[in-house]
Amino acid sequence: MTAVFFFIFIAMSLGVTYVAARRTRSAQHFYTAGGRVTGLQNGLALAGDYMSAASFLGIAGLVALSGFDGLIYSIGFLVGWPVVMFLIAEPLRNLGKYTFADVVAFRLRQAPVRVAAAVGSLAVVAFYLIAQMVGAGNLIRLLFGFEYEVAVAIVGVVMLAYVLFGGMMATTWVQIIKAVLLLSGAFLLAVMALSSFGFNPLALFRAAADQYGVAVLAPGRLVSNPFDAMSLGLALMLGTAGLPHILMRFYTVPDAQTARSSVNYATAFIGFFYLLTFILGFGAMVLVGQPAIRAIDAGGNMAAPLLAKAVGGDAFLGFISAVAFATILAVVAGLTLAGAATLSHDLWVNVVRHGNASEREQFTVARLSTVVLGVLAIVLGIVFKGQNVAYMVGLAFAIAASANFPALVLSMFWRKFTTRAAQMSMLVGTASSLLLIYLSPTIQIDILKNSTAWFPLRNPGLVSIPLSFIVAIAVASLWPEPEAETRFAEVEHRVHAVPAPRT
Amino acid sequence: MPTPESWRLRQSRPDSPLYSVRVNHTEELKALDTARWRIAIALTAAMMVLYFGFILLVAYAKPLLGTLVVPGLSLGMLLGALVIVAAWVLIWIYVRWANRHYDAAIDALRGRM
Repeated sequence: MTAVFFFIFIAMSLGVTYVAARRTRSAQHFYTAGGRVTGLQNGLALAGDYMSAASFLGIAGLVALSGFDGLIYSIGFLVGWPVVMFLIAEPLRNLGKYTFADVVAFRLRQAPVRVAAAVGSLAVVAFYLIAQMVGAGNLIRLLFGFEYEVAVAIVGVVMLAYVLFGGMMATTWVQIIKAVLLLSGAFLLAVMALSSFGFNPLALFRAAADQYGVAVLAPGRLVSNPFDAMSLGLALMLGTAGLPHILMRFYTVPDAQTARSSVNYATAFIGFFYLLTFILGFGAMVLVGQPAIRAIDAGGNMAAPLLAKAVGGDAFLGFISAVAFATILAVVAGLTLAGAATLSHDLWVNVVRHGNASEREQFTVARLSTVVLGVLAIVLGIVFKGQNVAYMVGLAFAIAASANFPALVLSMFWRKFTTRAAQMSMLVGTASSLLLIYLSPTIQIDILKNSTAWFPLRNPGLVSIPLSFIVAIAVASLWPEPEAETRFAEVEHRVHAVPAPRT
Repeated sequence: MPTPESWRLRQSRPDSPLYSVRVNHTEELKALDTARWRIAIALTAAMMVLYFGFILLVAYAKPLLGTLVVPGLSLGMLLGALVIVAAWVLIWIYVRWANRHYDAAIDALRGRM
């Protein structure tokens, strides 16, 4: 049964890719899908890019096993979207072309800014990819019984087919299909779980409290250290606005108004989805039972599929499994496209070729970069087999929040921002996130089995994000760049899509 | 170093009509820019206060959040769901302002340039 849904999804998405491939004939089309995506479409695609299998399976599992504490994650993953809306979406759309580095480098010296932005972007993409690929390998092994390596290779090859041939247009449509499947699948699952409780969520929560004690509805041990929670929260909140694959989506819409409406839709869909995880998690807790969930996967990742089986039998399990697979494929495709844009548009075209590359060359390099990243994704997935990679999503958000977000915001708001400040803040943001995570209990105690950790927090955000801002402000104040300050007038006009006065 | 804008302004004499038109546009754009950032930063701050307020309650007021509002619903779950609703409301406020005021003002400005 699972195989049937699985093949329907693959056939559908490859069909979309075939149509998209016939229209994808230039680098511009490859990166932006022609720039004619509507607000609703982009809203769904943003939701598709953002709602990873980690949130569908991981958060549902966390709620099923620890109740209220799992909900803290559901909420944390949503609150970044208002920040994207208020500070980033519209100015980004008006100032950039293909990547967020376009915006940071707009009035600064191209090469140093692009190289530093590429370091941050590629680090985010790499850690996010590892988390997704390892999750994919484990999940597909559990769901379909393939060998881990075979599962990773399948994900890598199918994803590569989408991105390589269909570019942004295929990726966007795969995201839309996935988002619709995930939202309707999760909704259906929640409704079916609630049918045993008279469609009243409170009756479900009450049943959970009766069975496992009223403590499952109250904060537990997860937030034992408030600084830990603040650090993770800050990284999730500001990191969303620094994820390269999310930022890239704003170039697929024709104007700032459409960018605005797409975030509006995306936030509605994502919030709805995270509210559903409350019901899915508690539903699995009551209808499947914690021992049965733990027996299959200690982390609880199979809670949602097990709930599907409990309320809808094998057919529904097949459907939800196919949805989970689609979710992973789509997120991996989005990440690969964003990484390829960094390699080809930022590094090759703007650094190596100083912006003088023909359309044909840009298109070829973009596709070559896609192949490089696709192969890299498969290799990373296999190298990290069996490793605990759950912290890598948090790390990816921390790097996005410390390396990409400060430089992006300051380049749009702050007249006195300079090339050196952008470069230093992005490099310090990336390096400090990596160093602090290495010194944190996550690596030192959980993975290396040491008894103590030098740095007390599990997520570096609380230190690395302010540090990156301080470095940017200090460097810009010590070494001003009059030329960049002069060119800020152009930024001020372009942010509002108003033509700048000719100089 | 003079900005290109101020350089252009000095080229056109203050009594020429071009001068006042240019100054008005730049001033208007500046005012609109300030208004947009003020709203953006205020709404971002509101979201941060609500979210981190929730996290701090989770950390420091565990028993309070564990109290049941009605059977089956703890105060913590209610507040958590309300943080998600608050994100929607803040976005709605921004979209309403941008659609009604900002877009119209930018269109008007562009039309006269």
